[in-house]
Amino acid sequence: MSRQHTPLWEVFVRARRGLAHTHVGSLHAPDAELALRNARDLYTRRQEGVSIWVVPASAITASSPDEKDAFFDPAADKVYRHPTFYEVPDGVAHL
Amino acid sequence: MYGNDFPGEDAPGGLLGEVEAAEAALRAAAERGRAAAEPGSDLAAYFAEVVDADQKIEPRDWMPEAYRRTLIRQIAQHAHSEIIGMQPEGNWISRAPSLKRKAILLAKVQDEAGHGLYLYAAAETLGVSRDELVDLLLDGRQKYSSIFNYPTLSWADVGAIGWLVDGAAIVNQVPLCRCSYGPYARAMIRVCKEESFHQRQGYEILHTLAHGTAAQKAMAQDSVDRWWYPSLAMFGPPDGDSTHSAQSMAWKIKRFSNDELRQRFVDMCVGQAEALGLRLPDPELRWNDERQAYDFTQPDYDELMRVIKGNGPCNRQRMEHRRRAHSEGAWVREAAAAYAAKRAVKEKEKVAA
Repeated sequence: MSRQHTPLWEVFVRARRGLAHTHVGSLHAPDAELALRNARDLYTRRQEGVSIWVVPASAITASSPDEKDAFFDPAADKVYRHPTFYEVPDGVAHL
Repeated sequence: MYGNDFPGEDAPGGLLGEVEAAEAALRAAAERGRAAAEPGSDLAAYFAEVVDADQKIEPRDWMPEAYRRTLIRQIAQHAHSEIIGMQPEGNWISRAPSLKRKAILLAKVQDEAGHGLYLYAAAETLGVSRDELVDLLLDGRQKYSSIFNYPTLSWADVGAIGWLVDGAAIVNQVPLCRCSYGPYARAMIRVCKEESFHQRQGYEILHTLAHGTAAQKAMAQDSVDRWWYPSLAMFGPPDGDSTHSAQSMAWKIKRFSNDELRQRFVDMCVGQAEALGLRLPDPELRWNDERQAYDFTQPDYDELMRVIKGNGPCNRQRMEHRRRAHSEGAWVREAAAAYAAKRAVKEKEKVAA
């Protein structure tokens, strides 16, 4: 049996003009062009998209859930980044 | 609406409603907080807490080794079933009775390939490679659904497969949209949305035949007679004999027992068979007022075991065909890989220049 290692690609589809590309899944393909064609056949058989990105899975660096605590901590104690943190005096408009 | 209306759940109705409800539940659960929002030192407790909260386990989360192995086995078996499942229907593509039916059947078989690929991709997130999974199937070390070892003898069988086989698959699969493993649940949501077309096209084929000539109606009836019990057997052995069930339920991989799902399927089919004007081949089939469900004859589980062990009518044919298709496709994979390698070298030279 021939053993062809074909790289894994992550597929992102823009559903409609004006929306962001969203991750829909992954597939194997030898190169980017075939990955794009396979992605069209696999993920947009029912007009699910108007644009596709394919990205080699090996090119993605992910934060690990194990380090979630420390990694996202800096965002947790900065409530003053949200507008709801501030009290607006009565009668003040357009703020 | 040919979908399954599960009692006790107030979805908008039918299969698609069920799937959409599962999708909404997935989002709602993701937004709900838990007591301990982050994994602490006790990873097993964190895993249990996520599962209890009906949230999803994701690929890089810690999970019990047996959970990982169970999922790989189940998802791979599911993927193999989609791939082997193309054969019985593919058998009729060249002989479909009209261009419209042929185009529809082609689209359906292509969907099955797509479902296989969604599922292989979900299995791969658990750390098993595609090559390994393909080998496990080709070597016969992993199974596919026993139903695909039955032959498609007439065009009506394409209808019966859509109505009964896809119908049974849907009853099995809709609860899997709520499975605790994220990639599997998301793949199943995609699959189920597409399956409802499959079931309806099968039902329509049978409906057309059942309202055609006497010979066409007889062909439809013969087909239902042959597919009914194998379809009931798709839900697996009775609860008492099912080896993996209890643990899978605790992990929320599985949500309902084999017998519960089988009963749902029977209750769903009776009315649909009446609308077709076809008879389900079970003289014991009757409404039980006390249970608020139909009594029915169980499928032959000895036959199911024989088919699973490799001795169904078409096991050898299906595996030979898959092996041949794989080896005959080798040159395509090799050519595509050679072309990709050549292009990669050229790109590198361009960058260096």
